[in-house]
Amino acid sequence: MFDKLKKAFGGSEEPKPKVQKEVKAAAPAKEEPKAAAPAETKAASSKPRIGYIHLSGCTGDAMSLTENYDILSTVLTDMVDIVYGQTLVDKWIHGTYAEEMPEMDVCLIEGSVCLQDEHSVHELLTAREKSGLIVAFGSCAVTGCFTTYARGGQQAQPKHESYLPISSLVKVDAALPGCPVAPEMIAKTVVAVCEGDLDYLKPAMDLAACNAGCGCDVLTNVVRQGLCSGCGTCGLACPTRAMGYSEGRPSCDRDRCIKCGTCYVMCPRSWLPEGRIKKETGL
Amino acid sequence: MPLGTYKEAVSARSTDSKILDVSQDGGIVSALLCYAIDEGIIEGAVVAGTPDDDWRPIPTVVTSSDEVIAAAGTKYSMSPTLSALKDAVRQNGLEKVGVVATPCQVQGLRKAKAYPFTRFVTEKVNLIIGIYCMENFPMASLDTFATSKLGFDSLTEASKMDIGKGKFWLTKDGEDKGLAIKETHGYEQAGCNVCQDYVAEWADVSTGSVGSPDGWSTVLVRTDDGESVFKAAVDAGLIETKPMDDVKPGLPLLEKLAKGKKDKNTAERERRAKMGVRIPTIY
Repeated sequence: MFDKLKKAFGGSEEPKPKVQKEVKAAAPAKEEPKAAAPAETKAASSKPRIGYIHLSGCTGDAMSLTENYDILSTVLTDMVDIVYGQTLVDKWIHGTYAEEMPEMDVCLIEGSVCLQDEHSVHELLTAREKSGLIVAFGSCAVTGCFTTYARGGQQAQPKHESYLPISSLVKVDAALPGCPVAPEMIAKTVVAVCEGDLDYLKPAMDLAACNAGCGCDVLTNVVRQGLCSGCGTCGLACPTRAMGYSEGRPSCDRDRCIKCGTCYVMCPRSWLPEGRIKKETGL
Repeated sequence: MPLGTYKEAVSARSTDSKILDVSQDGGIVSALLCYAIDEGIIEGAVVAGTPDDDWRPIPTVVTSSDEVIAAAGTKYSMSPTLSALKDAVRQNGLEKVGVVATPCQVQGLRKAKAYPFTRFVTEKVNLIIGIYCMENFPMASLDTFATSKLGFDSLTEASKMDIGKGKFWLTKDGEDKGLAIKETHGYEQAGCNVCQDYVAEWADVSTGSVGSPDGWSTVLVRTDDGESVFKAAVDAGLIETKPMDDVKPGLPLLEKLAKGKKDKNTAERERRAKMGVRIPTIY
């Protein structure tokens, strides 16, 4: 399945020798993606190796991940191997168990990267070398989100002032924006990854190239293109209620906007998942 | 299939005079909402109201039959209704929510359900009532129809607004004044010109006047959820129905208008794409 994913992402990684096993292992998960216990049927080595890197963010995305109580233990125990991560498994190249970063099939990265933090930059660049796929997990990683407004001059390190989307430094394969990423969005993505459902993941892959997120996207890419119908989805999307309306058009309060990019991502006139909607509704 | 997927098409109207006194046509939207709220199927709904009686639509959360009836009637300008969904769920704490939505709003809502980037909101929507919609007008366009084209001093003089029989109608002091639909062309918002959906194809149940006689509505029952609510409301005696084959002008007119909108706006999408400006990406 990850070979399939990689192909779709256009990754140049050479295929892993375990690919055949991984495809087989995905089969039981397909029938009952949310139920426990496909574990017995698959070899431990066939589970995708996941890393979770925490750069400059608030841990909200990791919290959101753990809000999927109903599937979390199954996912963590039976479906994936978390091989790297400070928060989830206490493995960190600068941490207590200082060791080399392992090879990872997928590495989720939360937070933007601070250019003046050599550890963050090093960890990110190393992760790109060690990972098949890099997923920008949460808006800080995707767009910089509220860390966009950092100006330095604060403790613990006054010099830390430039916080960039991770795509500024490395190639990102998929992006999941949100401040934080919504728990149910994470769950649906996990299920799609386990099922090899590339159709569902395609928008996230296409978003990977985008690192500009704010209410301006809705203005620039929807309203100014004559596409806005005034439906109100961007107002629903906005986590800070920055989106008001004037004459049926979104009007972004820039003092409230945290540049998470969710308004544009959710707009039905930016992209519309027709196939998925038809599948889910039977219409 | 210009009307999308549906289980049943009938001509219908509310049996409640309180609703018929204020409803646009057959009062189906109000009847369904009142029934669903009274029976606890939903705890409230998000609708387009006009609290100031000035024809300016305001997204409104309703939680009782009285509030539903107070918000009854079609509005012909933009209501960012989905933005109020967050209020319904967060402020009002509603766990089961209905939404009255134009086709573009149904698209936004279905997308938000398929890709839930906003946490714990759209999963609470369990009834989507779609309304037929050819296009929507900025308030300034409605003002123009009233003052420059129909000789009103102001739009607020109109006690009723309607589109039917080839005309845009305003009622003042019990007298209807009509403007040929052709005269309204070019006054609709530009975003409507790329919309290919006339009959809210992804709603649970869709309704509108076209196809049925005066005072009746044409209802397309689409999903299991829509079917169970509609059937129950009919069984409870709140809605009376007639087979579509027994009414004039019937489904052929609805199909003709739906296909006309699809053809015209598909051509507009192609025209815009050729110019190199944005159109929505379809997955």
